[in-house]
Amino acid sequence: MIELEGLTKRYGPKTAVDDLSFQVRPGVITGFLGPNGAGKSTTMRMMLDLDNPTSGTVRIDGRHYRDLDEPLKYIGALLDAKAMHGGRSAYNNLLCLAQSNRIPERRVGEVLDLVGLTPVARKKSKGFSLGMGQRLGIASALLGDPEILMFDEPVNGLDPEGIHWIRNLMKALAAEGRTIFVSSHLMSEMALTADHLIVIGQGKLLADTSMADFIQQNSRSYVRLRSPQQERLRDLLHANGFIAVEAGNGTLEVDGVAIEKLGELAAEHGLVLHELSSQRASLEEAFMQMTAAAVEYHAHGTDVHGAGPAPGPRWGTPSGPPSPPASDPTSQGA
Amino acid sequence: MIEAVGLTKRYGAKTAVYNLSFQVRPGVVTGFLGPNGSGKSTTMRMILGLDQPTAGHVTIGGHPFRQLPNAPRQVGALLDAKAVHGGRSARSHLLSLAQLAGIPAQRVDEVLGVVGLQDVAKRRSNGFSLGMGQRLGIAAALLGDPQVLLFDEPVNGLDPEGILWVRNLMKKLASEGRTVFVSSHLMSEMALTADHLIVIGRGQLLADMSVTDFISANSADFARVRTPATEPGQREKLTAALMEAGGQVMSEPDGALRVTGLPLPRISDLAHDADVRLWELSPHQASLEEAYMRLTQGAVDYRSTDDKLAHLQPPVQQPHPGQPGYGMPPQPPVVQDVPQQGWYAPPPPGQNPYTSPQQQPQPSDTPKDAR
Amino acid sequence: MAAASAVLQSEWTKIRTVSSTVWTLASALLVTVAMSAALCALMSSTFDDLSDLERATFDPTLISFSGMILGQLAMVVFGVLVVGTEYSSGMIRTSLAAVPQRATFLFSKIAVAGALALVVGLATSFLSFFLGQALLGEHRTSIGADNVLRAVIGGGLYMGLIALFSMGVAAMLRSSMLSLGILVPFFFLVSQILSAVPKAKEVAAYFPDQAGAKIMQVVPNAMNSEEAPYGPWGGLGIMLIWVAAALIGGYLVLKKRDA
Repeated sequence: MIELEGLTKRYGPKTAVDDLSFQVRPGVITGFLGPNGAGKSTTMRMMLDLDNPTSGTVRIDGRHYRDLDEPLKYIGALLDAKAMHGGRSAYNNLLCLAQSNRIPERRVGEVLDLVGLTPVARKKSKGFSLGMGQRLGIASALLGDPEILMFDEPVNGLDPEGIHWIRNLMKALAAEGRTIFVSSHLMSEMALTADHLIVIGQGKLLADTSMADFIQQNSRSYVRLRSPQQERLRDLLHANGFIAVEAGNGTLEVDGVAIEKLGELAAEHGLVLHELSSQRASLEEAFMQMTAAAVEYHAHGTDVHGAGPAPGPRWGTPSGPPSPPASDPTSQGA
Repeated sequence: MIEAVGLTKRYGAKTAVYNLSFQVRPGVVTGFLGPNGSGKSTTMRMILGLDQPTAGHVTIGGHPFRQLPNAPRQVGALLDAKAVHGGRSARSHLLSLAQLAGIPAQRVDEVLGVVGLQDVAKRRSNGFSLGMGQRLGIAAALLGDPQVLLFDEPVNGLDPEGILWVRNLMKKLASEGRTVFVSSHLMSEMALTADHLIVIGRGQLLADMSVTDFISANSADFARVRTPATEPGQREKLTAALMEAGGQVMSEPDGALRVTGLPLPRISDLAHDADVRLWELSPHQASLEEAYMRLTQGAVDYRSTDDKLAHLQPPVQQPHPGQPGYGMPPQPPVVQDVPQQGWYAPPPPGQNPYTSPQQQPQPSDTPKDAR
Repeated sequence: MAAASAVLQSEWTKIRTVSSTVWTLASALLVTVAMSAALCALMSSTFDDLSDLERATFDPTLISFSGMILGQLAMVVFGVLVVGTEYSSGMIRTSLAAVPQRATFLFSKIAVAGALALVVGLATSFLSFFLGQALLGEHRTSIGADNVLRAVIGGGLYMGLIALFSMGVAAMLRSSMLSLGILVPFFFLVSQILSAVPKAKEVAAYFPDQAGAKIMQVVPNAMNSEEAPYGPWGGLGIMLIWVAAALIGGYLVLKKRDA
């Protein structure tokens, strides 16, 4: 369990993190989302006591990070794949960390095996690809078999098998009752991984809610119906006060009604349905909807990340309505 | 249009790419997939004339890259975001590229605007974040307004808005009739971006087909069915009816049924005949990732004896051959649970995952990347 | 608190598993010994060309340490790299996440590296001394002579303290390149040049290397040099103050600043 209370970080006049309070609970994967420059990295660094907060506190299982005896046994973090000494071998990099927290040396071999780096354990880590560096970072996070794990952009540089592996690893760790906190920019990936979301924008908390609630609250969801007796179905829906919109391909879409109700209604009237499915927007759409207001830097674009997104209206629809609701189950982890 | 014919590349005894033939057509976004070390980068480099093929050839619009008249006006590529002289400003970097290709300076400001770097155009690029470097690389690719574009991992380092922007940019470029060839490791992202896929494994072509066909060919579609939660009897009744009709039924964690082997209207009729009310009846397609894993896993298992056994069973009965016990025909009336994790067996509950490393995949990128 | 012994062991592993440790310390030893030996041999053959005054104040002990001017630079590199690579590699974040107590982390590192530098420094000074004396022939002195043992041990201490001072500077500047860019020219050029300039040398005498090097003199105004306003131990004391200031400064930077 990680608890943040009123966490604030100012750099001169700029407030990077503004009065952030939330808890990261065990047993689920908590996703940490926000646009570039929202303060995600600063927050994660403060959680590990690498940066000093201007005010506020972070508690790891009720204690300050600096008061933890052998912290790697409580919390493991992957912050930056390259946060290792390149001139040292993968094995020795981990060995230093293990020794400092009195973790048996045998464990080093175990975690290297787990992340699949055993064949290159004795190679200097500066020759590693981004993906291998990432695996080494994951190994270092797992070293102390901690109850809390933090991953910053864990899939960076990994190939599809690697991405799949780390996702399942995180799920398995959460299922064991551990606390998993993951930041990522990949919404489609996050949708498959996280159970709970914490979203920040401009250093402020925007949402702290379950994945399902987040999508529901920040986008349109509706029920799609298909029937060989479409006319009857539409009349029936209208008669019951539901507005059905024809969506081509012989489907009808109904907003704002529970799917069960429509099922019962159809059964009651002996109507044959060939499809009755609830459609939700993708996490990405929900996220864009929510942060549209918070991403105001791209209007003036003067801060460090002023690169900002390219002009939305020109190419994309970052702030538009959730146009075609991404019904495809592929992005929803069917 | 990019066309590869019998493309082969050997480094000493090692064959990185073997006899690769494919076409990348204009007007669609073509995704280029493969595990690490499968030869994707080598192929991309050969397309751009950076590496010389050992055998075969690859042409862009009918010409090998090196013989293209004024190549930068015809082909744009983002290969490595950091391939920029860090001491130069973004603008002067693009300007030098533009001058080489005889592109007017005005175009530089245009592309800087397109990628959203106009405010930092005068800043030295070594202060750029990965995402900004990526945008600069994309600007360089767009500079000559080329008909053919190659992107290697374009969303690296971008934030969600940047990712959405790149996706829409690629779609727009394709809809303008350009040839867009994108490599990526992010299956979920690729599923949203690409129309067509070229998949390679160990340097050889594994698939060259549309995304929809790819998913259908490499995984099973299924239906999700829910009966009234208030009457558990209905669920059992429906399960029995579906199995009798030849469907495979599994249980999802929320109590819904996952049905394979029966079309939706048939399920609807069966429910109707069994007098079961439905609360949900939705079609589902497997994810691109699942399909990809199946295909590449197949390639890996190609020589194993298990693979022969697989031919004895109808493919639909084992949509997840990686799951122990999953491929067995369902034993009625027991409804198996849908495995909650994709491909690799999760460690049994309560067991420390670290003590069973053999359950973890051997990452394919390790030995090759070490060099 | 993380157990200090565990952190010491970890820091020892860090030091012994990078190749820069071996080559910096080996060059500190070899360069010093070889250059001292060469100068002793040269001095021995040209002794008769020296002025009377120089002959009168000839200090065979000091001359056998003359290679340290160059050899100390390798010690500077060693000290800087031990601390600086934590920053340049990004390892510092991993290290501090493992050992969040800044004092335990920094001082364990400094203790291990300092002890190693001291051992190598002592080996260097003894080797230099004995080889140098062997080459000086009739002009040699012996380890049993007055103040000579103090000077030889002092030479080792000097080398160790130079390494410690460099570690402190690197911890303050948080960059290997910057630290080397300042320390190497300082010790090799600035300090040497200023100590030869009339007015400036009064100030330069209080620089860490100038003050510390006094411990290696047996003859007070050796080679006709001016007498310093402090004795050999006073000089070493001045150097110690510099080292302590650098280390405390390094600790404060580590404690206050974001990693």
